[in-house]
Amino acid sequence: MAFEVVADSLGAQAKDSSKTVANIAVRRRRETIFKICGLLATSFGLITLALLLIDLAAAGFPRLSWDFFTNFPSRRASQAGILSAWVGSLLVILTTASIGVPLGVGAGIYLEEYGRRNWLTSIIEINITNLAGVPSIVFGLLALGLFVYGLGTGRSIFTAGLTLALLILPIIVVATREAIRAVPAALREAAYGIGCTKWQVTRDHVLPASLPGILTGVIIGISRALGETAPLITIGALTFIAFLPDSPISSEFPFVSFSWLFDGFTVLPIQAFNWISRPGSDFHANAAAAGIVLLAITLGLNAIAIYARYKLRKKLQW
Amino acid sequence: MKHSKFAAYVGAFALALPLAVTTVSAQTKTITIDGSSTVFPVAEAFAEEFQKLNKGQVRVTVGISGTGGGFKKFCRGETDISNGSRPILKAEIEDCKKNGVEFIELPVAFDALTVAVSPKNKFIGDCISVQVLKKIWEPGAQGKVVNWSDVDPKWPNTKMSLFGAGADSGTFDYFTEAVNGKAKATRADFTASEDDNVLVQGIENDANSLGYIPYAYYAPHAKQMKALAIDGGKGCVFPSTEAVQKGLYNPLGRPLFIYVSKKSADKKEVQEYIDFIMTKGAPLVTEVKYLALPAAAYAGALKHFKDRRVGSVFGGVPEVGISIEELMKRDAKS
Repeated sequence: MAFEVVADSLGAQAKDSSKTVANIAVRRRRETIFKICGLLATSFGLITLALLLIDLAAAGFPRLSWDFFTNFPSRRASQAGILSAWVGSLLVILTTASIGVPLGVGAGIYLEEYGRRNWLTSIIEINITNLAGVPSIVFGLLALGLFVYGLGTGRSIFTAGLTLALLILPIIVVATREAIRAVPAALREAAYGIGCTKWQVTRDHVLPASLPGILTGVIIGISRALGETAPLITIGALTFIAFLPDSPISSEFPFVSFSWLFDGFTVLPIQAFNWISRPGSDFHANAAAAGIVLLAITLGLNAIAIYARYKLRKKLQW
Repeated sequence: MKHSKFAAYVGAFALALPLAVTTVSAQTKTITIDGSSTVFPVAEAFAEEFQKLNKGQVRVTVGISGTGGGFKKFCRGETDISNGSRPILKAEIEDCKKNGVEFIELPVAFDALTVAVSPKNKFIGDCISVQVLKKIWEPGAQGKVVNWSDVDPKWPNTKMSLFGAGADSGTFDYFTEAVNGKAKATRADFTASEDDNVLVQGIENDANSLGYIPYAYYAPHAKQMKALAIDGGKGCVFPSTEAVQKGLYNPLGRPLFIYVSKKSADKKEVQEYIDFIMTKGAPLVTEVKYLALPAAAYAGALKHFKDRRVGSVFGGVPEVGISIEELMKRDAKS
């Protein structure tokens, strides 16, 4: 009786294992199919990007010259340049970063380190996540009503910086919180253990340790702000502007001037957009060249930030 | 240590802000222009040449908020000049009045809405009447007039590909008004784009295409597409500078305007700018592929400006097929 049971179960096992062998082949095949699908999905994006870059380079590269960077826009395609656009883009980004980064990092630290878990912080949290998904044109409309008309900051670089700072705020806040959360609790406890205050712990340990992560968020935010057009047109960015904002360095005391903050401006994406939508095809090369410059600035900023992150990471020792 | 330095920077920045606000008043003279993107190439040419002439003493800025967006700023008194690819509308006139902004309406150039087909299209001939255009474009045509044979039984039984302006452009308003009799009334099943270059591409690459685009977009592509003459009831007329200037290209020839705020008209730099446009602007208009007004019209517009003739000759009601002579003769009603 007992023997029979054993034999039965052995038979079943043999059957099972032959099934398993067959199954393995099927599963292997499934894996291969998935691998190919994944490869296709990855290469689709990469190939599209490569084609785009090649197309952009082919169309725009011949237009890249010293003059292209030092000329103002013009009705003649061959004389038109991007001086006011790249200066405008850099100044706007500078303003955006100097407003958005302290606000975003500050908010992130507060929510993560100081804020108590209650309904208020929950509401703030939900709102920040939602804010990240709000279309940029809505930020433009908000800025038009609040900054341009309400606070009277004008259609200026300052307004543009404020608007884009709002736009990238959620990205920076979320990145800051993620980075802070990744700091090991032991680090904090050790600092508390020797009698540090919360501020000291945050300033001297948590913040330096989470800086690489925060930097990543800042890069993503800045790169996004650099390419924005819609909210800037809404607040009244110009298209033809053949002069530069006031110089930030003046010959009189206090030698540093901030009046450029309140000058009109244009940015690279607006200039490129304007050129691509013009009649005839001679301006299209200019648009492509402006696209290359925009891409180069974005990649350049990314490279700097990645290098800084690498250096910072190396310094971290736990 | 490092952090206190950072705090010092932030402090300096905050202190400098009010300082910056006070220094804004001491600026160079600036003329601010905004409005239609259709008029932009013309406005840019004017601004560029004028600035060169003044060696940077006067700054001119041009934005592209669109005709409607431009009027919104203009009627708040934020801009000196507003570009319009259509006359100012009643609601916009009211808006201006509320804020005490009076304006002088000046035509600066022409556009001829060009109806174009693929050069491969032989059966359509060289000319199309407004009635036939209406048959193709009216709201009732949607889903019914699909093949060429639905328009004319003699034409082949193949599907038409229609290309037209997007609903936010002045071109769209003007074409629908001129052809269908009511602004914004149109069939909806066609390829619509705010970007006229997309329409140009579409018309060129589709053997069964028919579309309408501003003349400035047709002119550089004259070899790749076929412009049709328009029969507005008085025979077939091809789009050209002469035809439009003489008022023969009806009803698709349209003037483009600039609106100058009366308050800004008192500024010397604005007076010089308008004088420059009306006396030396015509070749610049031609250079950017738009159609210049006849010399008499520029002289007349300059006189209107000097007389400070405020208000719009259209009185806020859209109107098509009005000749430049008639436009100049009419009294402005505001």
